[in-house]
Amino acid sequence: MSVSEFFAMGGYARYVWPSYALVLAAIVLNIVWARRALKRARLEARRRVAMKDAT
Amino acid sequence: MAWTWFHRLGSPPYIYALAARLTPWFAWPAAVLTIVGLYAGLVLAPPDYQQGDGYRIIYVHVPSAWMSLMVYTTMAVSAAIGLIWRIKVAHAVAASCAAMGATFTFAALVTGSLWGAPMWGTYWEWDPRLVSELILLFLFLGYMGLRSAIDDVQRADRISAVLAIVGVINVPIIHFSVEWWNSLHQTSSVFRRAGPAMPMSMLLPLLTMFVAFTLMFAALLLTRLRAEVLSRERSASWIREVVSA
Repeated sequence: MSVSEFFAMGGYARYVWPSYALVLAAIVLNIVWARRALKRARLEARRRVAMKDAT
Repeated sequence: MAWTWFHRLGSPPYIYALAARLTPWFAWPAAVLTIVGLYAGLVLAPPDYQQGDGYRIIYVHVPSAWMSLMVYTTMAVSAAIGLIWRIKVAHAVAASCAAMGATFTFAALVTGSLWGAPMWGTYWEWDPRLVSELILLFLFLGYMGLRSAIDDVQRADRISAVLAIVGVINVPIIHFSVEWWNSLHQTSSVFRRAGPAMPMSMLLPLLTMFVAFTLMFAALLLTRLRAEVLSRERSASWIREVVSA
């Protein structure tokens, strides 16, 4: 199987590749979201602790 | 004595530390298995005798659909546990599920549509399986909308839990829709009583993706749960230790 044959997906390229791209995007998005949520929660908690210490 | 593990699971500092320790054990195998599964599905698995290479959408479509049901069931069960036993951590688990569920339900719908176009001749059909999966997307979005509309976290927990629990009726409907009604969608080719209706060379990449997605869900859920637990605990002293570390 050649590389161009692989990318052609037997004529189904326009259905197969967008499907894979979409699911990969969903995975990457969820990883980014989860990490960002944790980072934000930690920053906010740190601020709360600092504010409490100041008063 | 036997219930101490259960009580510990309800303790936010214990959960936070446990989630942090467990996450890499799910995340790395999930990453490796996703790569292996995608390679096996795209390269190693043979083309289908009817659908050619078009059937390869199965390796992202079915795991996404499986993920959507797994996430919803997890959300509904933990919401019920939170509501019945008043366990805050259980509510935090439920709240962590929604956005993940919505994205993978959306992915399942769109990849299904992209698969339907060449094989059924249509991107969309008002078919029981498709409609019930679309309702699942609305349930996730409704749950998120409801939560964001209520400022008080505990009230949001209780009210959104009711929605999650009522909506769980849709999960068996989605699963059995292809058997109960005359559906355009094919019946299950993996989880059936007579065993999978696929040769091993096609089945193994799919099973790899199943395991990968399940582990990925666990890793994502644990990370989101940590964020959720941290933002819910306003004044607990353990937070001081966590953020100063």
